[in-house]
Amino acid sequence: MTLQVLVADTPLQVAGREAKTEERITVAGVFVNAAKSAVADVQEYAILCGRTLYAIFTPPYYVQDILQQMDNIGAGSLPIILLSGFFIGAVMVLQTGSQFTRFGQSSLTGDVVAIALVRELGPSLTGLLVTGRCATGIASELGSMLVTEQVDAMRAMGTNPIRKLVAPRVIATLLTLPLLTAMTDFMGLLGGCVASIFSLRLGAIEFWRRAIDALDFADLMQGFTKPFFFAFILATIGCYKGLTVRGGTQGVGRATTQAAVLSSVMIIVADAFLTKVALFLANKLF
Amino acid sequence: MLSPTSRSDSNPAITFENVRIGFEEGDILRDVSFQVRERETLVLLGETGTGKTLSLKLAAGLLRPSQGTIRVLGKELSSMPERDLLEFRRHIGFVFQEGALFDSMTVGDNVAYRLQEDGVKDDEIEPRVLEVLRFVEMEHTVDLFPSELSGGMRRRVSIARALINQPPIVLYDSPTAGLDPVTSQTIITLILRLRDVYGVTALLATQRLQDGFALANFRFDPAAKRVVHTVSNGNAAAGAKFAATRFLVLREGGVYFEGGQEELAGTKDDYLKRFLV
Repeated sequence: MTLQVLVADTPLQVAGREAKTEERITVAGVFVNAAKSAVADVQEYAILCGRTLYAIFTPPYYVQDILQQMDNIGAGSLPIILLSGFFIGAVMVLQTGSQFTRFGQSSLTGDVVAIALVRELGPSLTGLLVTGRCATGIASELGSMLVTEQVDAMRAMGTNPIRKLVAPRVIATLLTLPLLTAMTDFMGLLGGCVASIFSLRLGAIEFWRRAIDALDFADLMQGFTKPFFFAFILATIGCYKGLTVRGGTQGVGRATTQAAVLSSVMIIVADAFLTKVALFLANKLF
Repeated sequence: MLSPTSRSDSNPAITFENVRIGFEEGDILRDVSFQVRERETLVLLGETGTGKTLSLKLAAGLLRPSQGTIRVLGKELSSMPERDLLEFRRHIGFVFQEGALFDSMTVGDNVAYRLQEDGVKDDEIEPRVLEVLRFVEMEHTVDLFPSELSGGMRRRVSIARALINQPPIVLYDSPTAGLDPVTSQTIITLILRLRDVYGVTALLATQRLQDGFALANFRFDPAAKRVVHTVSNGNAAAGAKFAATRFLVLREGGVYFEGGQEELAGTKDDYLKRFLV
């Protein structure tokens, strides 16, 4: 079954249809059906990603929709990103600082916080926070549109839903997540700086100097490449779950939860692979 | 805009040939064949789940049949790529059961949607939107959101949205379902006006036989600007000309009945009689 069919499918109350023959349920049968369903899901998701990429790189573009989504996903996520980033940085300093103080190396705190934030915590934390806020929002919005036949209405009026609904959300997330990551990194370092001043009695200038000196170009490359992948994952999974909703409003709720869970897990899995690739490339290139 | 058309009365606008479609649960339509001629209204009747909405979606190219061919306005939809289908659908108006208005847009933006998609200039869009809203007597709602409208008002806005680019074919999915008799009559009057004044070909899915009989028995008189009986003033010929309404009953995935109002009204078939009660 292709995505096109799923997009167009609406709840059907079928009466008088041929009764299905009773099938005996076996353990092997359950596993086989689950595997088939999983493979079909992956196939449909891959088709959606392919069509989305095609829509991203070819005109026409819905610029107004992209800007609207950037405002929603980017500017809308700013408060939670700023707050979370600040306190994560502060907590890191509190946790690591006490260990470094034992060895008389509390000045290293800036190095650790900078590397951990820029390489790892900034991108993944931002990805997870934006997933919680936006992947769910995308899934519920598109899911609601699907169950109220708005997606069909769009298609009936000659509009490609991938171009109108999916591509703007993916482009907006791709453009804003790296910027949000930069904000998380900055706020994390600021929070770390404040915590180190009050907790470790370090000077602000020393903290910032060590934090900046600790960072290589490879760290920045790693830290600002990951958000593009995370953005694509969270936006496409949100769209996919929204456009494949079944079962009315209850299905929308289910899709929203699935979008959050699946996007978060996939971001963490992708992070592991991306880190390995980034470290390999850093050794080879820089 | 909305000008009367001068199309031939005999060419088939919509043709289904041996159409079959099914989902995981089984076949919903099996070997379904019918035609809708230009300027004709075909009323699709049937119980819930007999494939009425599905037939409309197939006619709009929103779904593809598993087997068989569907030709609309001379184009074969079954094998048409999605890109061409998107272009083709701009010539079709679709009125969804619950209206399917975009809830984040105002009524005006909903109606203007297709024109904006086509890149029509803003100063041209506004008068056209107001004109179709005036046609459905909803001009005063232009700045409201769909959530602020009643069910009947939403259907009328949906009809206005379907009309904005003067499509030769309009597909109605249960346009009066769940509406009170007075509002239903307003919707039927709109459908009559579209058919009799502008020559729109229509495929109308409904469970209410009285809607079909209203379309068969009445016509909109543009001179008098009101609905009149098709054989009023003893002018049966004029009535016959305007009352191009046929009925098609779907049952268990197939065509159970196809014919005119007289045949349906005078049927001896027990199943069909259930619709007449």
